[in-house]
Amino acid sequence: MNKIIKYVIADLLRSRTILVYTAVLLVLSFSVFSMEDNADKGVVSLLNIVLFVVPLVSIIFSTVYLYNSAEFMELLVSQPLRRNVIWMSIFIGLAGAVSLAFAVGVGIPVIFYAATASGLMLVLCGCSLSLIFVSVALWAAVRIRDKAKGIGLAILLWLYFALLFDALVLFLLFQFSDYPIENGMVALSLLNPIDISRILILLQIDISALMGYTGAIFRSFFGTGGGVALTIAVLILWSAVPLWFSLRFFKRKDL
Amino acid sequence: MITIQQLSKRFGKLQVLNEVSLTLEGGQCVALIGPNGSGKTTLIKAILGMVIPQSGNIRFKGKDIVGEWEYRNEIGYMPQIGQYPENMTIGQVLDMMKDIRRVPESTLDYDLFNAFGLGGMLDKRMRTLSGGTRQKVSACLAFMFNPEVLILDEPTAGLDPISTELLKDKIIGERQKNKLILITSHVLSELDDLVSEVIYMQEGKPLFHKTLQSLKAETGTNRLSSAVARVMAIHEFVD
Repeated sequence: MNKIIKYVIADLLRSRTILVYTAVLLVLSFSVFSMEDNADKGVVSLLNIVLFVVPLVSIIFSTVYLYNSAEFMELLVSQPLRRNVIWMSIFIGLAGAVSLAFAVGVGIPVIFYAATASGLMLVLCGCSLSLIFVSVALWAAVRIRDKAKGIGLAILLWLYFALLFDALVLFLLFQFSDYPIENGMVALSLLNPIDISRILILLQIDISALMGYTGAIFRSFFGTGGGVALTIAVLILWSAVPLWFSLRFFKRKDL
Repeated sequence: MITIQQLSKRFGKLQVLNEVSLTLEGGQCVALIGPNGSGKTTLIKAILGMVIPQSGNIRFKGKDIVGEWEYRNEIGYMPQIGQYPENMTIGQVLDMMKDIRRVPESTLDYDLFNAFGLGGMLDKRMRTLSGGTRQKVSACLAFMFNPEVLILDEPTAGLDPISTELLKDKIIGERQKNKLILITSHVLSELDDLVSEVIYMQEGKPLFHKTLQSLKAETGTNRLSSAVARVMAIHEFVD
């Protein structure tokens, strides 16, 4: 297994996209932190960029990589290797590279400027978002043979998680504003990993008070031990379930 | 060595393999021939586990290959179109294969590597290679690990005449080591001095599986191409 991971990572580094991604994140984080004098304000500014960029890069980059390495997979499948091992190695290689790029690109500036709970939470959430969106990309790419359609689906999925879902939530919120839907909102937010990350990070900063009654509900749920455990479990599920489905499909796929 | 029973494969509506049953023994050099789209490559890919059939089974040395992977250690495969990671060099591809197969260096077979002069091109990236050079890399990889079974899909397509001869000599040499060699080709004249058995596939079914001698004797010709043409003519007449 290790040797295939090794070749996947060597191949990823040769393409340089990962290096450019790391550099962009580094420049971005350093400039944001040097503009804001307050560490928490820096984290909030960075949060909005991170929640937008990390899922986008993770899902698109992984999908493109998977389609481009179709030959590589075909070659590996004809060799004495388990299909499970091939697929898991590709996942670990991709997820490792993308989350390492994030950990370096945002983690280092955070250590320098905002070594606080919120900063740490930002790095952790960014890494888990990387894992989740690589896993979603794996599922999209294995199901769809056509490269253009596959990348289209990846973009659609990103749009859904980054924009459409929030629009939907806002719509529901206004439609049912006369009803006590706060608990429902908590459950609803668990359906989107980007929302979970946003809430987790914002709760580390004391601006949840600005969110009114819903903020208080969120605080009372996500702030407790049980709530945190549940959120972590949900984030793990978000990365494991698409991966598991893609693996199941890959094992029966004709190459 | 390889037994195939009632193997069927459909791609959507297209029935590519239709109840194929074949037995392939060691020491034989089998030609798999047939028109384009008759299911030759799909059959080969099914043996390698790259294509998952809908029904039927394939046994390699008596063991069903479903979910197995170790048996591929004993197969050298040369694909029709060699697909390699585009930004790896020839040297890196060879090293990766050696790494995957984990065969001791002393048992590696460098005959074709030396014959094709690949040693001088180790630093070339795969995307810069011509079709013929890719074929040379594929051939070299198929033979390198001394497998018991060699599966060569259109081995000479794109190779220059000198390399073709080198490859043919190598195939004859391997045949004498009691290996099973499965070759598909459209150039029947090339197969004459190589093969001992012939399988003719049509519309996903093997039409016949005979030794070269009996095929030639039955049709009264001494060249494979005319023997096959004769059989086809008879077959169409019967139809």
